[in-house]
Amino acid sequence: METAIEVSDLTVAYRDHPVLWDIDLDVPSGVLMAIVGPNGAGKTTLIKAILGLVKTAAGQVLIFDKPYEKQRHRVGYVPQRGSVDWDFPTSVLDVVMMGLYGKIGWLRRPGRRERAQALDALKKVGMDAFANRQISQLSGGQQQRVFLARALVQDADVYFMDEPFQGVDATTERAIIALLRELRGRGKTVLVVHHDLQTVPEYFDEVMLLNVRRIASGPVADVFTDDNLRLTYGGRVAFLKAQQSKDDVPLAKVG
Amino acid sequence: MTIFQLEIQLVAAVVAAACALPGAFLVLRQMAMMSDAISHAILPGIVVAFFLTGDLSSPLLIIGAALTGVLTVALVEVVNRTQLVKEDAAIGLVFPVLFSIGVILIARYAGDVHLDTDAVLLGELALVPFDRLVLGGYDLGPRALYLMGVVGLTGVLFIALFYKELKLATFDAGLAATLGFLPAVLHYALMGLVSVTAVAAFDAVGSILVVALMVGPPATAHLLTDRLARMIGLSVLLGVVSAVSGYWLAHALDASIAGSMATMVGVLFGAAFLFAPHRGIVAVMRRRVRQRWTFAQKMLTIHLLHHEDRPEAERESRIDHLQEHLQWSADFAGRVVRQSIQNKLVIRTNGHLALTEAGRRLAREAIVQA
Repeated sequence: METAIEVSDLTVAYRDHPVLWDIDLDVPSGVLMAIVGPNGAGKTTLIKAILGLVKTAAGQVLIFDKPYEKQRHRVGYVPQRGSVDWDFPTSVLDVVMMGLYGKIGWLRRPGRRERAQALDALKKVGMDAFANRQISQLSGGQQQRVFLARALVQDADVYFMDEPFQGVDATTERAIIALLRELRGRGKTVLVVHHDLQTVPEYFDEVMLLNVRRIASGPVADVFTDDNLRLTYGGRVAFLKAQQSKDDVPLAKVG
Repeated sequence: MTIFQLEIQLVAAVVAAACALPGAFLVLRQMAMMSDAISHAILPGIVVAFFLTGDLSSPLLIIGAALTGVLTVALVEVVNRTQLVKEDAAIGLVFPVLFSIGVILIARYAGDVHLDTDAVLLGELALVPFDRLVLGGYDLGPRALYLMGVVGLTGVLFIALFYKELKLATFDAGLAATLGFLPAVLHYALMGLVSVTAVAAFDAVGSILVVALMVGPPATAHLLTDRLARMIGLSVLLGVVSAVSGYWLAHALDASIAGSMATMVGVLFGAAFLFAPHRGIVAVMRRRVRQRWTFAQKMLTIHLLHHEDRPEAERESRIDHLQEHLQWSADFAGRVVRQSIQNKLVIRTNGHLALTEAGRRLAREAIVQA
């Protein structure tokens, strides 16, 4: 299978303090992959490093065999909801259209076609009725769906989503999952920073366990084991007893 | 109104409009303090450029000073990046140093020039009509008007051209970067515009009013609208209104023009803060009060629905029982019942309450929502 994202020897450090240490990661094309790990494990930093938003100390990132700068138009990014100011004076439709700015390019303005595309994406996430609302009037789940619509209009091949399930209602969670599956059905690759370990086997095909180093990555059935989770989270995996029925497989190579 | 008065107001209005343009983005980027830093830190730039050119109205002066402004932004970032101090502290550390260097330079070497420390802070709008632009023997009006006009048009052009890019970089710098829109370059371009505007406005209105005009009208506009284009337009309008009304306030009080203009900026903000249609304090309070009453009516309908067609309905639907069951005061219960009857949610028959069809629907909807 084609490799969508190929990360090798990626290291990020704040001064002499490593945040990500020698990360290798291959994400096959067309899968939903979760990145899990404790707080401070570097999950968000990994995404930002791949996208060139934080400086890397070493390593290389390839998106479909080319450096990221050459593949911008094939990459969609959904940052954490809290990373923007929702009091910003703009409408829901406007935020979604921002996803098209890359295609529009410098200096040109979005027009009728872009508006139609954005409305279409809003329909897909069940938010078309909110198109002209000011964004501060949205609930957390609605904000997340707007961000997803914005990613949808980018029509990328690879998506990076930073905690899309954080603090959303059940309706939004179902909407996100339906959307992720639709994206996979269209052959897209989605990398999701995820917090809820319980839902990993249900929602995702592959998983990466991260705690500064890569503990393991691969198909959920192979690497989402108690042993790996213990290595990732320290001793605190008692809440994952439900997983115990599965046979533990040998440890993946660490780091 | 004399021609001088008209010219002063015209210059003040153009200064206000020019400041409001980059100011809107400063406020949205939560960098309002940067206007304070830049408008003060350009002083050494002005002084040094003056030493080099010997002319207070040279365009080189503006460029030199604007460079100091951009240098300020860069220095703040350098200090901030050490992570030894936070950004607000970094701003507070950098600009007073640069500003005081400028003050010392003036006191030491430029004591006899028109560059005194009073004018630095408050400017002297009243003197603006005396410095005239004369070309080929024709008096074209105050020089400041042309200077500010050019700077203002530069701002209009910059924002009109890069509106989409500025909006994206301000709202979501991360996405802007991944889409290749160079938010760092836009950031410095914007800071360059802030610096040029501050330098040009500085001579007329001084550094304090520059801050007031860059931060006040956009902050007021932000309370009044929820679309970016409208907010920018409204910022310009509010700036002009503050400038002109401030001039007449100064006239009436025989006070400092710049001071009166800054006061009007504050007055307009205060008015919006209190009375803005959706975000003003009054609107928020009224909404809260209204919510309290509608919520109480909902509670009443839910209570009645729970006990409807049950043996205890007789007892539970009595008005005086509400006081005990919902722990409402007699007065409050009475008002809620009156409102509910008015809204046709319940009907009263000899001391007992019964739900109407509308009341039943409201109660069911409220339960489902919860």
